[in-house]
Amino acid sequence: MTFEKILFYVFATILVLSATMVITRRDPVHSALFLVLAFFTSAILWMLLEAEFLAIVLVLVYVGAVMVLFLFVVMMLDTELAATRAGFVKMLPVGLVVAGTMAFEMILVVGPKYFGLDKFAMPAPHPADYSNTEELGEVLYTVYMYPVEIASVILLVGIIAAIRLTLRKRPDNKSIDPAIQVKVTKGPDRIRVVKMESEIKQVVK
Amino acid sequence: MIALSDYLILGAILFSLSVAGIFLNRKNIIIILMCVELMLLAVNMNFVAFSRFLDDSAGQVFVFFILTVAAAEAAIGLAILVVLFRNRRTINVADLDTLKG
Repeated sequence: MTFEKILFYVFATILVLSATMVITRRDPVHSALFLVLAFFTSAILWMLLEAEFLAIVLVLVYVGAVMVLFLFVVMMLDTELAATRAGFVKMLPVGLVVAGTMAFEMILVVGPKYFGLDKFAMPAPHPADYSNTEELGEVLYTVYMYPVEIASVILLVGIIAAIRLTLRKRPDNKSIDPAIQVKVTKGPDRIRVVKMESEIKQVVK
Repeated sequence: MIALSDYLILGAILFSLSVAGIFLNRKNIIIILMCVELMLLAVNMNFVAFSRFLDDSAGQVFVFFILTVAAAEAAIGLAILVVLFRNRRTINVADLDTLKG
Protein backbone atom coordinates (compact mmCIF):
# COMPACT_ATOMS: atom_id res chain seq x y z
CA MET A 1 0.00 0.00 0.00
CA THR A 2 1.88 3.01 -1.23
CA PHE A 3 1.16 6.60 -0.16
CA GLU A 4 -0.43 7.36 -3.53
CA LYS A 5 -2.81 4.45 -3.17
CA ILE A 6 -3.91 5.64 0.27
CA LEU A 7 -4.47 9.15 -1.16
CA PHE A 8 -6.50 7.67 -4.01
CA TYR A 9 -8.76 5.69 -1.69
CA VAL A 10 -9.29 8.60 0.70
CA PHE A 11 -10.29 10.98 -2.07
CA ALA A 12 -12.31 8.38 -3.97
CA THR A 13 -14.31 7.74 -0.78
CA ILE A 14 -14.91 11.48 -0.30
CA LEU A 15 -15.97 11.76 -3.96
CA VAL A 16 -18.49 8.89 -3.76
CA LEU A 17 -19.90 10.13 -0.45
CA SER A 18 -20.32 13.69 -1.69
CA ALA A 19 -22.00 12.42 -4.87
CA THR A 20 -24.39 10.45 -2.66
CA MET A 21 -25.12 13.59 -0.66
CA VAL A 22 -25.80 15.52 -3.90
CA ILE A 23 -28.60 13.17 -4.88
CA THR A 24 -30.14 12.69 -1.43
CA ARG A 25 -30.18 16.17 0.14
CA ARG A 26 -33.55 17.82 0.60
CA ASP A 27 -32.31 21.36 0.00
CA PRO A 28 -30.92 22.12 -3.51
CA VAL A 29 -28.42 24.56 -1.95
CA HIS A 30 -26.87 21.70 0.02
CA SER A 31 -26.78 19.59 -3.15
CA ALA A 32 -24.94 22.37 -4.99
CA LEU A 33 -22.40 22.73 -2.18
CA PHE A 34 -21.75 18.98 -2.09
CA LEU A 35 -21.34 19.08 -5.88
CA VAL A 36 -18.62 21.70 -5.33
CA LEU A 37 -16.91 19.26 -2.96
CA ALA A 38 -17.22 16.50 -5.57
CA PHE A 39 -15.60 18.67 -8.27
CA PHE A 40 -12.82 19.69 -5.92
CA THR A 41 -12.08 16.08 -4.98
CA SER A 42 -12.03 15.05 -8.64
CA ALA A 43 -9.53 17.82 -9.33
CA ILE A 44 -7.26 16.28 -6.70
CA LEU A 45 -7.70 12.83 -8.27
CA TRP A 46 -6.78 14.29 -11.68
CA MET A 47 -3.65 15.71 -10.13
CA LEU A 48 -2.77 12.18 -9.03
CA LEU A 49 -3.10 11.29 -12.73
CA GLU A 50 -0.68 14.11 -13.60
CA ALA A 51 -3.32 16.09 -15.49
CA GLU A 52 -2.52 19.32 -13.66
CA PHE A 53 -3.89 21.71 -16.27
CA LEU A 54 -7.32 20.07 -16.35
CA ALA A 55 -7.41 19.86 -12.55
CA ILE A 56 -6.90 23.61 -12.28
CA VAL A 57 -9.39 24.25 -15.10
CA LEU A 58 -11.94 22.11 -13.27
CA VAL A 59 -11.54 24.18 -10.12
CA LEU A 60 -11.53 27.52 -11.93
CA VAL A 61 -14.30 26.87 -14.45
CA TYR A 62 -16.55 24.52 -12.52
CA VAL A 63 -16.18 25.54 -8.90
CA GLY A 64 -15.53 29.17 -9.77
CA ALA A 65 -18.11 29.76 -12.50
CA VAL A 66 -20.61 27.00 -13.17
CA MET A 67 -21.35 26.12 -9.56
CA VAL A 68 -21.67 29.79 -8.58
CA LEU A 69 -24.17 30.11 -11.43
CA PHE A 70 -26.05 27.09 -10.04
CA LEU A 71 -26.08 28.59 -6.55
CA PHE A 72 -27.36 31.92 -7.90
CA VAL A 73 -30.20 30.21 -9.72
CA VAL A 74 -31.06 27.95 -6.80
CA MET A 75 -31.27 30.92 -4.46
CA MET A 76 -33.18 33.05 -6.98
CA LEU A 77 -35.90 30.50 -7.56
CA ASP A 78 -38.18 30.20 -4.60
CA THR A 79 -39.21 26.58 -4.84
CA GLU A 80 -41.54 24.81 -2.52
CA LEU A 81 -39.45 21.86 -1.35
CA ALA A 82 -42.29 19.48 -0.57
CA ALA A 83 -43.70 19.40 -4.11
CA THR A 84 -40.37 18.83 -5.82
CA ARG A 85 -39.55 16.19 -3.24
CA ALA A 86 -42.69 14.11 -3.83
CA GLY A 87 -42.07 10.56 -4.99
CA PHE A 88 -38.57 10.35 -3.54
CA VAL A 89 -39.32 7.35 -1.35
CA LYS A 90 -41.52 5.78 -4.00
CA MET A 91 -38.72 5.89 -6.58
CA LEU A 92 -35.99 4.86 -4.14
CA PRO A 93 -36.13 1.08 -4.78
CA VAL A 94 -36.36 1.49 -8.57
CA GLY A 95 -33.49 3.96 -8.61
CA LEU A 96 -31.32 1.79 -6.40
CA VAL A 97 -32.01 -1.34 -8.46
CA VAL A 98 -31.28 0.39 -11.80
CA ALA A 99 -28.17 2.15 -10.51
CA GLY A 100 -26.94 -0.96 -8.72
CA THR A 101 -27.37 -3.11 -11.82
CA MET A 102 -25.62 -0.52 -13.97
CA ALA A 103 -22.71 -0.21 -11.55
CA PHE A 104 -22.41 -4.01 -11.26
CA GLU A 105 -22.37 -4.49 -15.04
CA MET A 106 -19.89 -1.69 -15.63
CA ILE A 107 -17.56 -2.96 -12.92
CA LEU A 108 -17.69 -6.42 -14.52
CA VAL A 109 -16.50 -4.88 -17.78
CA VAL A 110 -13.93 -2.37 -16.50
CA GLY A 111 -12.75 -4.39 -13.49
CA PRO A 112 -9.20 -5.57 -12.77
CA LYS A 113 -9.62 -8.57 -15.07
CA TYR A 114 -9.32 -6.46 -18.22
CA PHE A 115 -7.83 -3.18 -16.98
CA GLY A 116 -5.66 -4.30 -14.09
CA LEU A 117 -2.02 -3.45 -13.55
CA ASP A 118 -0.89 -6.54 -15.50
CA LYS A 119 -2.77 -5.32 -18.60
CA PHE A 120 -2.04 -1.60 -18.29
CA ALA A 121 1.14 -0.98 -16.33
CA MET A 122 1.46 2.30 -14.46
CA PRO A 123 3.54 4.59 -16.69
CA ALA A 124 6.66 6.12 -15.23
CA PRO A 125 6.06 9.52 -13.59
CA HIS A 126 6.98 12.55 -15.68
CA PRO A 127 10.28 14.32 -14.93
CA ALA A 128 10.24 17.40 -12.70
CA ASP A 129 10.57 19.86 -15.61
CA TYR A 130 7.59 18.37 -17.47
CA SER A 131 4.82 20.87 -18.13
CA ASN A 132 1.37 19.44 -18.70
CA THR A 133 0.04 22.85 -19.76
CA GLU A 134 2.77 23.18 -22.36
CA GLU A 135 2.07 19.73 -23.79
CA LEU A 136 -1.67 20.40 -24.05
CA GLY A 137 -1.16 23.90 -25.44
CA GLU A 138 1.11 22.64 -28.17
CA VAL A 139 -1.43 20.17 -29.53
CA LEU A 140 -4.42 22.45 -28.89
CA TYR A 141 -3.09 25.21 -31.13
CA THR A 142 -1.72 22.97 -33.87
CA VAL A 143 -3.50 19.63 -34.28
CA TYR A 144 -6.79 20.71 -32.69
CA MET A 145 -6.97 24.21 -34.16
CA TYR A 146 -10.39 23.75 -35.76
CA PRO A 147 -12.01 22.19 -32.67
CA VAL A 148 -10.70 25.09 -30.55
CA GLU A 149 -12.31 27.57 -32.94
CA ILE A 150 -15.58 25.63 -32.85
CA ALA A 151 -15.44 25.54 -29.05
CA SER A 152 -15.05 29.31 -28.98
CA VAL A 153 -18.08 29.68 -31.24
CA ILE A 154 -20.04 27.38 -28.91
CA LEU A 155 -19.13 29.59 -25.96
CA LEU A 156 -20.21 32.68 -27.92
CA VAL A 157 -23.53 31.01 -28.74
CA GLY A 158 -23.88 30.20 -25.04
CA ILE A 159 -23.34 33.83 -24.06
CA ILE A 160 -25.78 35.20 -26.64
CA ALA A 161 -28.43 32.58 -25.93
CA ALA A 162 -28.29 33.08 -22.17
CA ILE A 163 -28.51 36.87 -22.49
CA ARG A 164 -31.30 36.78 -25.07
CA LEU A 165 -33.34 34.26 -23.08
CA THR A 166 -33.29 36.23 -19.86
CA LEU A 167 -33.60 39.69 -21.43
CA ARG A 168 -36.98 41.31 -20.85
CA LYS A 169 -38.58 44.65 -21.63
CA ARG A 170 -39.57 46.43 -18.47
CA PRO A 171 -42.73 48.55 -18.84
CA ASP A 172 -41.17 51.44 -16.92
CA ASN A 173 -38.05 51.47 -19.07
CA LYS A 174 -37.37 54.99 -20.40
CA SER A 175 -34.43 54.21 -22.68
CA ILE A 176 -34.49 55.63 -26.21
CA ASP A 177 -34.57 53.45 -29.29
CA PRO A 178 -31.22 54.17 -30.97
CA ALA A 179 -32.76 53.67 -34.42
CA ILE A 180 -35.03 56.68 -33.90
CA GLN A 181 -32.18 58.60 -32.37
CA VAL A 182 -29.87 58.35 -35.38
CA LYS A 183 -32.64 59.05 -37.92
CA VAL A 184 -33.17 62.70 -37.00
CA THR A 185 -32.10 65.30 -39.57
CA LYS A 186 -30.23 68.37 -38.63
CA GLY A 187 -32.94 70.99 -39.21
CA PRO A 188 -36.62 70.52 -38.47
CA ASP A 189 -36.34 67.37 -36.29
CA ARG A 190 -34.25 69.02 -33.63
CA ILE A 191 -35.64 72.54 -33.28
CA ARG A 192 -39.11 73.90 -33.77
CA VAL A 193 -39.64 77.57 -34.59
CA VAL A 194 -42.78 78.90 -32.96
CA LYS A 195 -44.48 82.14 -33.95
CA MET A 196 -46.11 83.86 -31.04
CA GLU A 197 -47.23 87.22 -29.86
CA SER A 198 -44.83 89.20 -27.82
CA GLU A 199 -45.67 89.18 -24.15
CA ILE A 200 -47.27 92.24 -22.62
CA LYS A 201 -45.97 93.01 -19.23
CA GLN A 202 -48.81 93.33 -16.76
CA VAL A 203 -48.39 95.70 -13.96
CA VAL A 204 -49.87 94.50 -10.79
CA LYS A 205 -51.39 97.21 -8.76
CA MET B 1 0.27 1.27 -7.42
CA ILE B 2 -3.07 2.58 -8.59
CA ALA B 3 -4.42 0.53 -11.46
CA LEU B 4 -6.41 1.83 -14.41
CA SER B 5 -9.34 -0.30 -13.27
CA ASP B 6 -9.54 1.64 -9.98
CA TYR B 7 -10.22 4.86 -11.83
CA LEU B 8 -12.65 3.18 -14.22
CA ILE B 9 -14.59 1.62 -11.34
CA LEU B 10 -14.73 5.00 -9.61
CA GLY B 11 -16.11 6.52 -12.82
CA ALA B 12 -18.69 3.73 -13.11
CA ILE B 13 -19.85 4.25 -9.52
CA LEU B 14 -20.12 8.01 -10.03
CA PHE B 15 -22.12 7.52 -13.23
CA SER B 16 -24.52 5.07 -11.56
CA LEU B 17 -24.99 7.44 -8.62
CA SER B 18 -25.99 10.24 -10.96
CA VAL B 19 -28.42 7.94 -12.79
CA ALA B 20 -29.94 7.10 -9.41
CA GLY B 21 -30.10 10.84 -8.67
CA ILE B 22 -32.13 11.47 -11.81
CA PHE B 23 -34.54 8.71 -10.75
CA LEU B 24 -34.89 9.98 -7.18
CA ASN B 25 -35.20 13.71 -7.91
CA ARG B 26 -37.22 13.54 -11.09
CA LYS B 27 -39.49 16.39 -9.96
CA ASN B 28 -36.70 18.92 -9.47
CA ILE B 29 -35.03 20.23 -12.63
CA ILE B 30 -32.13 21.86 -10.80
CA ILE B 31 -30.98 18.61 -9.21
CA ILE B 32 -31.42 16.80 -12.54
CA LEU B 33 -29.07 19.37 -14.13
CA MET B 34 -26.58 18.80 -11.31
CA CYS B 35 -26.77 15.05 -11.90
CA VAL B 36 -26.00 15.62 -15.59
CA GLU B 37 -22.90 17.58 -14.56
CA LEU B 38 -21.92 14.71 -12.28
CA MET B 39 -22.30 12.25 -15.18
CA LEU B 40 -20.01 14.37 -17.35
CA LEU B 41 -17.50 14.39 -14.50
CA ALA B 42 -17.58 10.58 -14.37
CA VAL B 43 -16.95 10.40 -18.11
CA ASN B 44 -14.11 12.91 -17.84
CA MET B 45 -12.55 10.79 -15.09
CA ASN B 46 -12.37 7.87 -17.54
CA PHE B 47 -10.87 10.07 -20.26
CA VAL B 48 -8.15 11.43 -18.00
CA ALA B 49 -7.30 7.97 -16.63
CA PHE B 50 -7.00 6.48 -20.12
CA SER B 51 -4.96 9.45 -21.27
CA ARG B 52 -2.47 8.83 -18.45
CA PHE B 53 -2.22 5.07 -18.80
CA LEU B 54 -2.02 5.07 -22.61
CA ASP B 55 0.34 8.10 -22.50
CA ASP B 56 -1.68 10.01 -25.08
CA SER B 57 -2.67 13.64 -24.59
CA ALA B 58 -5.70 13.32 -26.90
CA GLY B 59 -7.81 12.20 -23.95
CA GLN B 60 -7.04 15.36 -22.02
CA VAL B 61 -7.82 17.51 -25.07
CA PHE B 62 -11.19 15.77 -25.30
CA VAL B 63 -11.88 16.51 -21.62
CA PHE B 64 -11.07 20.15 -22.35
CA PHE B 65 -13.76 20.27 -25.03
CA ILE B 66 -16.26 18.40 -22.86
CA LEU B 67 -15.73 21.01 -20.14
CA THR B 68 -16.35 23.79 -22.69
CA VAL B 69 -19.57 22.28 -23.97
CA ALA B 70 -20.75 21.45 -20.44
CA ALA B 71 -20.21 25.04 -19.31
CA ALA B 72 -22.21 26.40 -22.25
CA GLU B 73 -24.91 23.80 -21.63
CA ALA B 74 -25.19 24.72 -17.95
CA ALA B 75 -25.44 28.43 -18.79
CA ILE B 76 -28.19 27.95 -21.39
CA GLY B 77 -30.02 25.37 -19.26
CA LEU B 78 -30.11 27.65 -16.25
CA ALA B 79 -31.21 30.59 -18.42
CA ILE B 80 -34.12 28.50 -19.74
CA LEU B 81 -34.91 27.52 -16.15
CA VAL B 82 -35.02 31.16 -15.02
CA VAL B 83 -37.35 32.10 -17.90
CA LEU B 84 -39.51 29.08 -17.14
CA PHE B 85 -39.79 30.04 -13.49
CA ARG B 86 -40.60 33.64 -14.43
CA ASN B 87 -43.48 32.51 -16.65
CA ARG B 88 -44.89 29.57 -14.69
CA ARG B 89 -43.78 30.27 -11.09
CA THR B 90 -42.74 26.63 -10.70
CA ILE B 91 -39.91 24.30 -11.58
CA ASN B 92 -41.78 21.12 -10.74
CA VAL B 93 -41.48 18.83 -13.76
CA ALA B 94 -45.02 17.54 -13.20
CA ASP B 95 -46.46 21.04 -13.71
CA LEU B 96 -44.68 21.61 -17.01
CA ASP B 97 -47.29 19.98 -19.23
CA THR B 98 -48.05 22.78 -21.72
CA LEU B 99 -46.92 20.64 -24.64
CA LYS B 100 -49.26 17.80 -23.56
CA GLY B 101 -46.44 15.32 -24.05
